[in-house]
Amino acid sequence: MKLYCLSGHPTLPCNVLKFKSTTIMLDCGLDTTSVLNFLPLPLVHSPRLSKLPGWVSKDGTVNLEKELKECAGRVFVDSQPEFCLPEKELLDLSTIDVILISNYHCMMALPYITEHTGFTGTVYATEPTLQIGRLLMEELVNFMERVPKAQSATCWKNKEIQRMLPGPLKDAVEVWTWKRCYSMQEVNSALSKVQLVGYSQKVELFGAVQVSPLSSGYSLGSSNWIIQSHHEKVAYVSGSSLLTTHPQPMDQSSLKNSDVLILTGLTQMPTANPDGMLGDFCSNLAMTIRAGGNVLVPCYSSGVIYDLLECLYQFIESASLGTTPFYFISPVANSSLEFSQIFAEWLCHNKQSKVYLPEPPFPHAELIQTNKLKHYPSIHGDFSSEFRQPCVVFTGHPSLRFGDVVHFMELWGKSSLNTIIFTEPDFSYLDALAPYQPLAMKCVYCPIDTRLNFHQVSKLLKEVQPLHVVCPEQYTQPPPSQSHRSDLMLELQPPPMPYRRCSVLSLPFRRRYERIHLLPELANSLVPSEIKPGISVATVSAVLHSKDNKHTLQSVPKPPPVPPTKKRKRVIEEPPEVLAPKPLLSGAVPLEAFLATLHKHGITEVKVEETADGHILHLQAEDTLIQLEEDGTHIVCDNNEPLRLL
Amino acid sequence: MPEIKVTPLGAGQDVGRSCILVSIGGKNIMLDCGMHMGYNDDRRFPDFSYITQNGRLTEFLDCVIISHFHLDHCGALPYMSEMVGYDGPIYMTHPTKAICPILLEDFRKITVDKKGETNFFTSQMIKDCMKKVIPLNLHQTVQVDDELEIKAYYAGHVLGAAMVHIKVGSESVVYTGDYNMTPDRHLGAAWIDKCRPDILISESTYATTIRDSKRCRERDFLKKVHETIERGGKVLIPVFALGRAQELCILLETFWERMNLKAPIYFSTGLTEKANHYYKLFITWTNQKIRKTFVQRNMFEFKHIKAFDRSYADNPGPMVVFATPGMLHAGQSLQIFKKWAGNEKNMVIMPGYCVQGTIGHKILNGQRKLEMEGRATLDVKLQVEYMSFSAHADAKGIMQLIRMAEPRNMLLVHGEAAKMEFLKGKIEQEFNINCYMPANGETETVTTNPSVPVDISLNLLKREMALGGPLPDTKKPRTMHGTLIMKENSLRLVSPEQALKELGLNEHQLRFTCRVQLQDPHSDSDTLHRIYTHLKSVLKGYTIQHLPDSTVMVESIVIKLSSSAEDPNTKVLLLSWSYQIVTRYVTNIVITKH
Repeated sequence: MKLYCLSGHPTLPCNVLKFKSTTIMLDCGLDTTSVLNFLPLPLVHSPRLSKLPGWVSKDGTVNLEKELKECAGRVFVDSQPEFCLPEKELLDLSTIDVILISNYHCMMALPYITEHTGFTGTVYATEPTLQIGRLLMEELVNFMERVPKAQSATCWKNKEIQRMLPGPLKDAVEVWTWKRCYSMQEVNSALSKVQLVGYSQKVELFGAVQVSPLSSGYSLGSSNWIIQSHHEKVAYVSGSSLLTTHPQPMDQSSLKNSDVLILTGLTQMPTANPDGMLGDFCSNLAMTIRAGGNVLVPCYSSGVIYDLLECLYQFIESASLGTTPFYFISPVANSSLEFSQIFAEWLCHNKQSKVYLPEPPFPHAELIQTNKLKHYPSIHGDFSSEFRQPCVVFTGHPSLRFGDVVHFMELWGKSSLNTIIFTEPDFSYLDALAPYQPLAMKCVYCPIDTRLNFHQVSKLLKEVQPLHVVCPEQYTQPPPSQSHRSDLMLELQPPPMPYRRCSVLSLPFRRRYERIHLLPELANSLVPSEIKPGISVATVSAVLHSKDNKHTLQSVPKPPPVPPTKKRKRVIEEPPEVLAPKPLLSGAVPLEAFLATLHKHGITEVKVEETADGHILHLQAEDTLIQLEEDGTHIVCDNNEPLRLL
Repeated sequence: MPEIKVTPLGAGQDVGRSCILVSIGGKNIMLDCGMHMGYNDDRRFPDFSYITQNGRLTEFLDCVIISHFHLDHCGALPYMSEMVGYDGPIYMTHPTKAICPILLEDFRKITVDKKGETNFFTSQMIKDCMKKVIPLNLHQTVQVDDELEIKAYYAGHVLGAAMVHIKVGSESVVYTGDYNMTPDRHLGAAWIDKCRPDILISESTYATTIRDSKRCRERDFLKKVHETIERGGKVLIPVFALGRAQELCILLETFWERMNLKAPIYFSTGLTEKANHYYKLFITWTNQKIRKTFVQRNMFEFKHIKAFDRSYADNPGPMVVFATPGMLHAGQSLQIFKKWAGNEKNMVIMPGYCVQGTIGHKILNGQRKLEMEGRATLDVKLQVEYMSFSAHADAKGIMQLIRMAEPRNMLLVHGEAAKMEFLKGKIEQEFNINCYMPANGETETVTTNPSVPVDISLNLLKREMALGGPLPDTKKPRTMHGTLIMKENSLRLVSPEQALKELGLNEHQLRFTCRVQLQDPHSDSDTLHRIYTHLKSVLKGYTIQHLPDSTVMVESIVIKLSSSAEDPNTKVLLLSWSYQIVTRYVTNIVITKH
């Protein structure tokens, strides 16, 4: 049993598990932090960005003016942003049987895997994961295709040249494998391979393995997975949350008793309390609006935004923001808001019961109805005419490299009245802001990451008691910036098995048993005998049938009664290696009982002689000698009759 | 032999009051808990005294499962849980859980407030009953307890309708509830995987019907409505607030838009808005097309259909009114019917099945004079049309489901006896499986023959599979030998050697020796050699050795020869072998040969 680790990003995992005869990919995360090395893609021509100076090495030997631009001391690639894909060389990805998706953030690399590797398997995901995942992909494609960039920079990727570049470009890994965004066609094709599953649904894979998604409490439809056979159980925990936000609570008890627990997707902000951050978010927002400034919230179009809107719904009146317009701009804004209302089954109990009234589960329906929240597909069109300031704008992409957010950065960056509030934890806000420096706008960092923190996860592990834990190496040591915080790492007994990109781990499994079914006829024919109190044994001679990885035992078909000559032929036909093993005989033959049995069969003339190891019985009438010993019986006779006695 | 027992308390050779008891693997499950629309007395509810004469049902039932929100499937639920007494789990899907209490409350109001009946469940009882409900998601495997698991499948029929797969160990039963095998304007078709249940309990409302295409029926319906409107008549369509109503609304809405019609369409009851809202929130339960386009255009926002007010019934001019309930047995639809029945220009379209005893059933059977309460009679002059829009599977659909699920036995409920009989014959003929159709209170027992799951040691299995090769040879079956160890609750199959080791036992050697006398003039060594060559020619494929100490070994059988001192021609052959099955064959050969 092996685990191939294709991604080094702990929250955007991509692992492949070989379990029994199946090859299972666990998540398909796309590391988008690579885009921070690129220049933003402005929606409308930006004189500032186009005037940035090209980069030439200090000694003038390397001139990459066209590819690299310098801004506030940092160097950026001037090209369409590229993503860091899961490792493709570690194993043949066409051999993957199934891909299990845990949540919509962890499926963004799916088209790269399903479309270009010869993949022929099935992808399993819950309905919200599929629908919202599709929206996020659609949005990403839209962001990229809206502002096509002819130029594709490649020279800087040359190893010799990359070495001479200033950081962080110099330290970027695997730059040759970075890829541009996929097309909508590829997205559609990839998602057509998805088969929908519900929580606790048991899905059989080739009869060998059963997989089952469990609620993980992190986002709409997010799941952890159980991968098990009758005797082995692997739990895959990815992006789980114990906080009460909108999704259904996490199912912890089903994770119990696993042999191996693969742990990914812990919080990226172990020191930031989500509730506190939400408070900071609201107060900073209110402060800026009151001072006449605008608030920009770069965010994904699904997920935490639902909670932010719900929080604002309660906050608006008390903070007298009733007249402030809230805008949500994304090509999928409308769909995201609509979809959130139809997944009642996947929501927490409170929201679920609203549907019974019937009322929409999220209060943003009311915000839209009362015109407090408006959504637009982009800054073009209706928005430009209806747009009023000061206002609050939610828009993507949180990396600030593409999407409508780029426009608002250019528009509002120069005024200190305005505030940008970062809520998504995926990108370092300083790196995100780098190409916009110098910046007058206020920056507030309120990352809201509801995923498990180290305290919660150690409690969880104590509860569910896996035999072994596998996790990204990042979790086995404190974060580099807080190396003294030994509480910000996993400390377990036995210690967790760490992995990094390209690791191949052998999981400590000892498979010893497999499930087999005895057909009723065979089961009825068995004669168990109790050999110790509570323990019975029965010898089983049967024919094994194996089909679709399911094994059954059938009674041996009775050989038709055949004349001796035929019998001989039969025997000859049997190859020697099929000589049947002995039926199980064990223990010593108790003398008294044996004599009684003989007596019952009409053998009365028995002469018993004691020897060193046992007894010799002389059956005079039959002219037979029986030698009884501790571990053997020897019968000397002239016919086969005594055979039947035993 | 393990067996599964099925007893309908309602819906046995009957439509209405669905309530079926299933005993499987020591678990008792109640499937649906409906009421009969055709009765106003005790026969309205299933006879729960069958389960126990006195007291509560909690200890006799492991769970109750409700398939969908129609009252003939859930109408007796508050009576059962609150008045008879049941505190165990009740399972139903989310939409059913949402809509069921509303219909129950509606029904209660009509019965208690309008008809003044006492001894009926109260609003509070409906609420208390619903608190015992655990929502089911499609395809989710719900563990009721350690042994009993249930799984819901999409059934079409109405919003939230489900079929359930009930499994205990390796025995299983599927109950379809009401289902629909063809998608309609707002719902998808029922689907189930090849789960091979021991019994498939299916409804059989349309057991003998093979219905024409939906399109034709729709066209017919629209034509009739249109004609009546054209001649200034009024059209009454009695419906249940949820279900067919939405489908017909979508149909009329699009027709009105296309034909640019002006006549008003009304939807009676205050439920309309609410009902449509449920459809919007549970859009994932509707069909593919509606789900795909709901962001752009929600099919359940109607432009032409407006809320009905009681006074509108007397308005002059044409109109179409959807009114509840669907079988004209009470409420607003009955009131409007009474008002319009006297005018032959008007029309009533019954879009669904009507149970016996209802006015709907009577007029469909051609009765033109109706006895009303207080000895008044009502002349029915308006046109009566029946259009089967109720979404039940027809005979073709039922056969299709059997093909999908591949049950070992079939059991029909929720249909009329004569029709069932016909379908039963067809099923037994086509699928060669038993088909049962118990009447109410009759128990059908089906013996199952489950295989016994055992844990086999991987070593043994792998060794066996390696020897057997990739494909089993049916002509030469291989026999595998192992030892089954039964210890506490575990059953393990291991190799005999491992069993001995594990149990700390010594193997007991059993050897047999036998003497065969034969006459042979040759010398001892010659005779032995002749035996050796003979055996070699007969026993091909066995290891046969001629050892220097003048013994012949056939596998582990030792053959020694000695001649008696008195008569050198009388040789004594000593055969010695240990207890092995195959050895015995060989030994036999050796013995018989000489």
